[in-house]
Amino acid sequence: MAIWLTKDSKVIVQGMTGSEGSKHTRRMLAAGTNVVGGVNPRKAGTTVDFDGTELPVFASVADAMKDTGADVTVIFVPPQFTKAAVIEAIDAEIPLAVVITEGVPVHDTAAFWAYNVAKGERTRIIGPNCPGIASPGASNAGIIPADITGSGRIGLVSKSGTLTYQMMYELRDIGFSTCVGIGGDPIIGTTHIDALAAFEADPDTDAIVMIGEIGGDAEERAAEFIKANVSKPVVGYIAGFTAPPGKTMGHAGAIISGSAGTADAKKEALEAVGVKVGKTPTETAKLMREIMSAG
Amino acid sequence: MDLYEYQGRDLFERHGLPVLAGGVATTPEEARAIAERLGGRVVVKAQVKVGGRGKAGGVKLAEGAEETVARATDILGMDIKGHTVHKVMITVTADVAEEYYFSYLLDRANRTFLCIASVAGGMDIEQVAAETPEKVVKAPIDAVKGVDEAKAREIVEAAGFPAEVADQVVDVAVGLWRAFVAEDATLVEVNPLAKTAEGKLLLLDAKVTLDENAGFRHPDHEALVDQAAVDPLEQAAKEKDLNYVKLDGEVGIIGNGAGLVMSTLDVVAYAGERHGNVKPANFLDIGGGASAAVMANGLEIVLSDPSVKSVFVNVFGGITACDAVANGIVQALGLLEQRGEQVTKPLVVRLDGNNAEAGRAILDGANNPLIERVDTMDGAAERAAELAAAGV
Repeated sequence: MAIWLTKDSKVIVQGMTGSEGSKHTRRMLAAGTNVVGGVNPRKAGTTVDFDGTELPVFASVADAMKDTGADVTVIFVPPQFTKAAVIEAIDAEIPLAVVITEGVPVHDTAAFWAYNVAKGERTRIIGPNCPGIASPGASNAGIIPADITGSGRIGLVSKSGTLTYQMMYELRDIGFSTCVGIGGDPIIGTTHIDALAAFEADPDTDAIVMIGEIGGDAEERAAEFIKANVSKPVVGYIAGFTAPPGKTMGHAGAIISGSAGTADAKKEALEAVGVKVGKTPTETAKLMREIMSAG
Repeated sequence: MDLYEYQGRDLFERHGLPVLAGGVATTPEEARAIAERLGGRVVVKAQVKVGGRGKAGGVKLAEGAEETVARATDILGMDIKGHTVHKVMITVTADVAEEYYFSYLLDRANRTFLCIASVAGGMDIEQVAAETPEKVVKAPIDAVKGVDEAKAREIVEAAGFPAEVADQVVDVAVGLWRAFVAEDATLVEVNPLAKTAEGKLLLLDAKVTLDENAGFRHPDHEALVDQAAVDPLEQAAKEKDLNYVKLDGEVGIIGNGAGLVMSTLDVVAYAGERHGNVKPANFLDIGGGASAAVMANGLEIVLSDPSVKSVFVNVFGGITACDAVANGIVQALGLLEQRGEQVTKPLVVRLDGNNAEAGRAILDGANNPLIERVDTMDGAAERAAELAAAGV
């Protein structure tokens, strides 16, 4: 088992016929993901061949769900069209929408998030600006490389894509239940707290790695949540101790505003609730290794 | 992108909000022209993106054109907390009776927008909130419903604005929200929002931040970038679509993925504590799927920074295979030589992940004395710091 994405998940791709969408659809299929189709109103009714797998193209998310029973959509459409694509997914009430697109205006994300809340949050949104979610050995929805590690009992939640890969690689001999890249934008659908709660409830996850970075106070709030709700061991890592204030460091959300959002504040908050925080990714992996070997 | 006050004032004016008549000058002569157009008493304000300019002597009153020229001459070129003043804004003056505060901003924690309003304006709002929290109203705004007249009235009543200005504040609240959405702003802050002796409401200051991700629907926002203030290396990187931030150290950094690069800066800084206190010279993310050409562009930018003494290339091969990255590095050095650049600074390269072995073999096979391969991130950071310290 895993959280949110399992071997039974049926995945569609919004933007499957575009260059990024088709490249990653091929990779998801190769990873064993049950991709059942794509969405593009202009190419509805056609099929696309992915190394021998013929995938149908549907006019809408709702059509694709009706025809295939899809319960996950991965969204690769350009930033200009992302808001409309997510709202379409919310309207279709698909249980999980993974928004890979980078560069979505924050007003658009705020709008589709408010829309989702108004509709009763029937859709879990991961991202935007994220690498997606992977349950190694079962399914892979997004762009996380599938061959880094196999299935195991660590859960991983991270704001950063490549740090996710790095951590998966460092602990590849132990393996992961699910790895969730929640994205580096100022507003995101699924938070550290959502993932922590799901891992806490998942019988196949024994311990959790949480990766944060400068900006906002999501890590501080996650620390409060851990104190009250998480009994499984959590190891943390924060990137950006040496980042200067007022400068956006790659991710739109990675910015220290005045004295708010510093790595030091996040580290202190996590340590105050008993989370061990590594100084480097390698040291963080070592802390997790100690926990897993102590059993 | 943070705007200068005069750009924020112009933006407010374009959206029909009440601001003082004025203009911006880069020379005393331009200041004279504005003063002559406005006539009478004016205020000359330094345009810097930092607070506390009043205390630093960057805001002065002037009577008539001659005095305006004199004050502009004083203020232009002044240094305010490390920011050189290149522009002054000149406006007519207002007879201020009361000062309020009003802003809209992004509320990351609640995944929505927030309105902050207070009748105690003119000073630091965080200080007001800390000392007299009852005077500060924080109202969440639904991103879909926005701020209509009813919502605005709710905020105005909650904040306790005096009855005689209530209708005007409602108008400002609605208009400012429209501007906030129309311009894809993440912050619009008015402090003070002033009531004049005649009872008229005016937006006397403007702090505006625009969302760069929304640039595709605002071609006009590009013109708001202050080219003179942009670091030349950052500008060169931007032209090549590279995500680069100039820092103050000696170890050039190239990596893939924002989180990994931030982490690399930290690891290098820790290593630097053991090696002459060298620090990272930059942030450069060449992206998850970096090609040889992108690597060449990245290396060119980093190597052209005279303060760089060594370079740490830290790549985790996820989607990109490490052999492609290794080829990229080798080709990039060749390309730079062809462009006539003498590369003399050592490169420490760490490759891990997808096809790491093949990538390392390519680096070894290149036999380039400048390239040093270290296979762990922490070890490579140590070596890069050591080389930078030796080269300083």
